[in-house]
Amino acid sequence: MADTTPTRIPASLIDARRSPVVTRRDWLQPLAPRARFTLRGGADARRAAGAAFGLVLPEDACRSAATPTRAALWLGPDEQLLLGLETDTASIQEGLEQALRGIAHSLVDVSHRQTALEISGPHAEAILNGASPLDLSLSAFPVGMCTRTVFEKADVVLWRPRADTFHIEVWRSFTDYVSSLIAEIGREYYPGDGRAA
Amino acid sequence: MSAFRTATGGRIDRSRVIEFEFDGVRYTGLAGDTLASALLANGVHLMGRSFKYHRPRGVLGAGAEEPNALVGVWRDEARYTPNLRATTVELYAGLKAESQNRSPSLTVDKGSVNSLLSPFIPAGFYYKTFMWPKGAWKSLYEPAIREAAGLGRAPRLADPDRYGNRHAHCDVLVIGAGPAGIAAARAAAAAGASVILCDEQAEFGGSLLADPTAEIDGQPAAQWLAASLAELSAASRVTLLGRTTAFGYFPHNHVGLNQKLTDHLDKPAEGAIRERLWQVRASQVLIAQGAIERPLVFPGNDLPGILLASAARTYLNRYGVRVGEQIAVVTAHDAAYQTAFELKAAGAGIAVIADVRADVDAALLEQAAGLGITVRRAATVLGTTGKLRVTGLVLGSVSGEAVQAGDTIACDAVIMSGGFTPSVHLHSQSRGKLEWQPALGAFVPGEAAEATLSAGACRGVFGLAAVLNDGAAQGAAAATAAGHGAGVRTYQASEAARHGGGFLGALPQPGGKPGKKAFLDWQNDVTTRDIALAIREGFVSVEHVKRYTTNGMATDQGKTSNMNALALVAATLGKPIPECGLTTFRMPYTPVTFGSFAGYSRGDLFEPVRRTAIHDWAREHGAVFEDVGAWKRARYFPRGGEDMHEAVNRECIALRHGCGIFDASTLGKIEVVGPDAATFLERLYVNSWANLKVGRSRYGILCREDGFVYDDGVIARLAEDRFHVTTTTGGAARVYAFMEDYLQTEWQDLRVWLTSITEQYSVIAVQGPNARRVLEPLIEGVDLSATALPHMGVATGRILGVPMRLFRVSFTGELGFEVNVPADYGRAVWEAIFASGESHGIVPYGTEAMHVLRAEKGYIIVGQETDGTLTPDDAGLGWAIGRQKADFVGKRSLARASMQTADRKQLVGLRTVDPAVVLEEGAQIVDSPGQTPPMRLIGHVTSSYHSAVLGHSIALAVVRGGRARLGHTLYVPMPEGDIPVTVTSTVFYDADGARLHG
Repeated sequence: MADTTPTRIPASLIDARRSPVVTRRDWLQPLAPRARFTLRGGADARRAAGAAFGLVLPEDACRSAATPTRAALWLGPDEQLLLGLETDTASIQEGLEQALRGIAHSLVDVSHRQTALEISGPHAEAILNGASPLDLSLSAFPVGMCTRTVFEKADVVLWRPRADTFHIEVWRSFTDYVSSLIAEIGREYYPGDGRAA
Repeated sequence: MSAFRTATGGRIDRSRVIEFEFDGVRYTGLAGDTLASALLANGVHLMGRSFKYHRPRGVLGAGAEEPNALVGVWRDEARYTPNLRATTVELYAGLKAESQNRSPSLTVDKGSVNSLLSPFIPAGFYYKTFMWPKGAWKSLYEPAIREAAGLGRAPRLADPDRYGNRHAHCDVLVIGAGPAGIAAARAAAAAGASVILCDEQAEFGGSLLADPTAEIDGQPAAQWLAASLAELSAASRVTLLGRTTAFGYFPHNHVGLNQKLTDHLDKPAEGAIRERLWQVRASQVLIAQGAIERPLVFPGNDLPGILLASAARTYLNRYGVRVGEQIAVVTAHDAAYQTAFELKAAGAGIAVIADVRADVDAALLEQAAGLGITVRRAATVLGTTGKLRVTGLVLGSVSGEAVQAGDTIACDAVIMSGGFTPSVHLHSQSRGKLEWQPALGAFVPGEAAEATLSAGACRGVFGLAAVLNDGAAQGAAAATAAGHGAGVRTYQASEAARHGGGFLGALPQPGGKPGKKAFLDWQNDVTTRDIALAIREGFVSVEHVKRYTTNGMATDQGKTSNMNALALVAATLGKPIPECGLTTFRMPYTPVTFGSFAGYSRGDLFEPVRRTAIHDWAREHGAVFEDVGAWKRARYFPRGGEDMHEAVNRECIALRHGCGIFDASTLGKIEVVGPDAATFLERLYVNSWANLKVGRSRYGILCREDGFVYDDGVIARLAEDRFHVTTTTGGAARVYAFMEDYLQTEWQDLRVWLTSITEQYSVIAVQGPNARRVLEPLIEGVDLSATALPHMGVATGRILGVPMRLFRVSFTGELGFEVNVPADYGRAVWEAIFASGESHGIVPYGTEAMHVLRAEKGYIIVGQETDGTLTPDDAGLGWAIGRQKADFVGKRSLARASMQTADRKQLVGLRTVDPAVVLEEGAQIVDSPGQTPPMRLIGHVTSSYHSAVLGHSIALAVVRGGRARLGHTLYVPMPEGDIPVTVTSTVFYDADGARLHG
């Protein structure tokens, strides 16, 4: 897909790429825009894509592979969510397309489809459990686990990159709802914080 | 200190006197009191009026089982909570409570006339009466019944409190922190299991809180309790939840807990969470709910001052309150003796112990004699005296079948015990079976339906040592079942009370007839005579008797009434109890506030509100929004003082003469990619796709298996193996799921994959004769000319340097484009297009103008023209079906004869004879004027608008055999008369499509 390689976007439009509208807190951070691709296909596609992406794409359910700048999240037997730096969007896409040539697969740029939030700190599990029905204890939801799940009335991808940190991917139009809900739940633990903007 | 407060003892804090108000009268109580114990300490037994007969009622119990003492507690008008049991309302400084179901006051109540009328309002009264005269129901009976119905009143202002929610998981959830629950929690925790221990009360300890002389492992029970709780609090994998009621047991060991956080505080912190709903998923649920004492059923057993013996013991030992000065005891169970002895020791007089049993443990009789207490054996109660408080107990004696009248014993309180009913509520809620234990005269948990265990009195184990050891054993078993092997320890314990005896049903009356006003169900005012009546009238199933008499159907869930009623039904029918069966327990165990269920989902957080990247621009430009699914969509953009019709007319005319810009971002979008993508779409949609060229798009129709239209949208082929599929806004999620379902279950052979891209792109529709001129200056790499990019052409390129998928499509009938750009750039690109369009008369238009414009062209909206019963052909879209295709979803159904008859409802246009009349959407259509109901209805109006461009109204409709009626006059019957209409083509504007292809 040549058409999604941004080469000459005016500065004013680059500024338009935005983080989620949420008041920054120590424990709840909107994350910067990033490159996102949905890769769907078989094990051959994963092997080829992983080599180009610089990670071994996880074969185990609900597990991830990550480097400091890239991550691959297992979302289904034939589906991976690939995350990278925004500035790498074009090179990631080119590299993957080249590596996947001749292999049946689907690679779709979803960089703008969703936004990301990070929730961290000693109360992260409790706050998330205000809306997530999952068992988020470290034994049931270990570091590196990821899953597509419900968050009260929204769908999210929940990923635990570190023991005290959760990364939430949420479709852009649900960002306000999810971030406001987290902020509301969090008031109990951080009473000084107001509601999300 | 009040007259009824003991000098010492109890778990109240005698140093902290608390002022409170009940029915406008100021009283004092002590920290640690409940409202009920504080009122009893002031000698107040009368706390409410009964539901049906408005009989004066006192407190019956001391806990969650209380049926009588329902009060409203008032913090402010928004924080008024009705129907709280005074026995569970913790006292705080300044508490204001009021009794209910009385007018003007508790002591003088005009509703008590119902009691005199009681012979005329028996069981089933509501089902039999109010049938005549016919008109009286609405004008007379219903208003009167509504006035009398229900208990308490709702608060008059919106609830300002916050409510929380928490999902939690654990190995073992222990419900109830009495001796069994605590022993179980200790055992499970010691084995390494994660444990949640909850208890509905303010203090953990259950029965131990009312038993000051019990000893466990050689130490006083209170010490053991404190040490055990300290041990549990210190354990990292144990969560203790006080004031937390397990109210519902849901499938897969999902248990709802309601935790009250601020109701006991005199000044809750601003913004504090009032209640939290815990949704616990436990690998093992261990129920230690305990048992509830049964009242005895005798005439006049509902007078204030008559209460359960175990409640009297709790008031004495936990709250330091004597329930009377001169107390009569009626019992069928040993435990009440100990209560009598303790009350006597605390300075109360014991007027008599009337034991229903002929044979009583000699040790008890000896002990009573030693204390100078008279015991009457083989006794029964024939009545009581008193109006607002019991003043005497009319005793009788039983000899064989014969009942002899006896004397009246003066007293100011009666405590009674019919034995204890194991609380099987939660086990029963979980669909667990119940087992009848004849020796106990009780149902106990049988085969479990979930991973459920029970321990202690709730499964018929009585006596402190037995209860502790059962708790420890079941706790260890639960931990083991959850994967944490555990050894079993034992406890040594002693207590003063004995556990023997029990009675079910009504106490014997002379002649074997039911006595007067012998209550089974205090809260719903059900008497022994009501049960007898129900059975006489042919209701023999216990479930029917329950519904006919309403026994057990009040908010107390029959905690004190079910077993006596069941025994009475069984005795009347001459059947054993287990053959009659017990009614099913349902959630909630005790009432739960709506706020608790709502949790965080209120106000802005009630539902997600989805907004597009262009939303803020529309808001800043005065858009009026409408809800489409969860989306906010701009409906119209009023200028000056325009109303909707004026704005829509202007938007439509401006677009048809110049250019309009529209936010179509909410359309569903799915990228279908893979070598078999075309094959997949061939099988799914009714159209042909194999022959669609790269760079072209086609209007697609999706049917369900039944052949009816399910969704529609434009599908573009971006590459041989890549399609950009659009769906309706509302259909996006279900179409994706429909596709994924087919791929995963039916067509696993296809190498094709789906990705939702709805939110990846902002979609900006630029429509109108000037659309090309507006876009041209902004676009690179795409030739917009009609030859290079004809109608339904698709191209990729850039707009302002931003990657773009450009569709030449039109939902307005004008020259039109839809610009798809990555959503973060949506607003900037929109603004640039708008700026470029200003010299070409561009206007933003909303969904309302879009509806009018598409209707002028006869384009359908799925869900408006279609209703799940229209085939593509019915909707005038038969041309779209790929007839050469071997198969597609719905093809077989469409081949059925009934799907092809000539009189199916078909989409047509309608013109009103009077061009100013706009038909009502949904209005029915008939084929001749002047019909009266029942009319022969042949169709209905699906869309109707005033067309500013055409200067007359237009409508789309589905009409039986509609296409054969072109030019015919039909009628739309309305209350004001028939509206004549002419059947037309569905296309009202630019029928040859010249503008579209411009």
